[in-house]
Amino acid sequence: MSEKIAKHVSELLKQGKIEAFIGLKEQQGSKHIIPHIYTDGDNLDGFYTGFNEGADAKRYPLVKTLFHISKRYPEARLGILARGCDERGLKELYKWNQLNTEQVVTVGLACSKELAEFCECYKPYPDEFVEGEKVPGVDSERVKKVSALEEPERLKFWLDKFSRCIKCYGCRNICPMCFCKECSLEEMEFIETGKIPPENPIFHLTRAVHMAGRCIDCGLCEEACPVDIPLRILYKKVNNIIMDHYSYRPGFGEEKSPLNILGSRPDENNS
Amino acid sequence: MNFSNVSTICPYCGCGCGMILQTIDQEIINTLPSKSNPINEGKLCIKGWNVHDFVVSSQRATQPLIRKDGDLKEVSWNEVLEYVAKELMRIKDQYGPDSIAFMSSAKCTNEENFLFQKLARAVVGTNNVDHCARL
Ligand code: SF4
Ligand code: SF4
Ligand code: SF4
Repeated sequence: MSEKIAKHVSELLKQGKIEAFIGLKEQQGSKHIIPHIYTDGDNLDGFYTGFNEGADAKRYPLVKTLFHISKRYPEARLGILARGCDERGLKELYKWNQLNTEQVVTVGLACSKELAEFCECYKPYPDEFVEGEKVPGVDSERVKKVSALEEPERLKFWLDKFSRCIKCYGCRNICPMCFCKECSLEEMEFIETGKIPPENPIFHLTRAVHMAGRCIDCGLCEEACPVDIPLRILYKKVNNIIMDHYSYRPGFGEEKSPLNILGSRPDENNS
Repeated sequence: MNFSNVSTICPYCGCGCGMILQTIDQEIINTLPSKSNPINEGKLCIKGWNVHDFVVSSQRATQPLIRKDGDLKEVSWNEVLEYVAKELMRIKDQYGPDSIAFMSSAKCTNEENFLFQKLARAVVGTNNVDHCARL
């Protein structure tokens, strides 16, 4: 069923509209699914097509990969496989002047109902898509459940979960919205570096505060967490607070985050 | 632009987590955990996550070093192997075989580890054999 995307990508490459396409590939033999950069429209060998098979779709931080390439090649026009969350990530990066809209061509993919429910995703499709069908957004039951806990139980819930952290920094490393050159999670003043376990709950609260108004709810952090800390509940929650107080949802609209305090130069504005 | 994603296995411990090294123009710039690898299912520890950094670290030893008059000096492989063999024999003669420990690696092959413990037990005469995963 994903022939449509492959055909579309092949045309974009052949017509020279993009120099490279960032997607997924199924490796011959091992069958492992890994990110892949396609540059030849006539050679899409292994092009992964199982996008919407099951809730454990093999999702990778493609936006972060695009970000790395664009840092090295700011002129290159790049195509990217974009689900709803990838598109939100791109939009937010444009707003934070980390990427240029001119540089990116998205090839949209709408997620399955199963995946949308697994993600509890409020917009499981990008604005435009080549493949898939629009399914309605899903409210987060997990957030509701944890928010409904009495305070002592809620505290216990979180401290308990956080206490399992092995401080691998995977949640930060995989996050498409973590682009800071210097990370507070490595600052001695906030976090004692080189020491495990991390201070509970300072480590997690520091990250949560930094994701407020920035997290685009892709869920890659939670999937990367080796000890199953429900990070997505935490970041969905901080984003709900931003929504309630500032009516701002990262990855939507043209308007910048209310936490954009400094502003930017006219030449930096590309959204 | 030459960007590639290379599937490989983490070089650190014996678990063998699957990882993807991302390279731009032959330089390794990022590590991602493999999601389809049944060993680690998209997760890594802090060491695995930082593999791309140590490969190009300027602090890596690229030549054998011997401390001479308090300073580390680069020497040839021949010189260092001779020195190590001589010193091991001297220490064994002076303090006995159990004064020596053999530290192997969880990332060596079974065969290499077999040979290593054989050297420890049969040549030097000690059971002091351990490996990196316990350090
Ligand atoms: S967060 Fe939404 S858009 Fe992203 S994979 Fe999940 S359902 Fe799809
Ligand atoms: S869901 Fe996690 S990985 Fe995704 S943007 Fe939010 S904090 Fe980053
Ligand atoms: S991914 Fe999980 S274990 Fe690793 S630092 Fe983040 S919260 Fe801790």
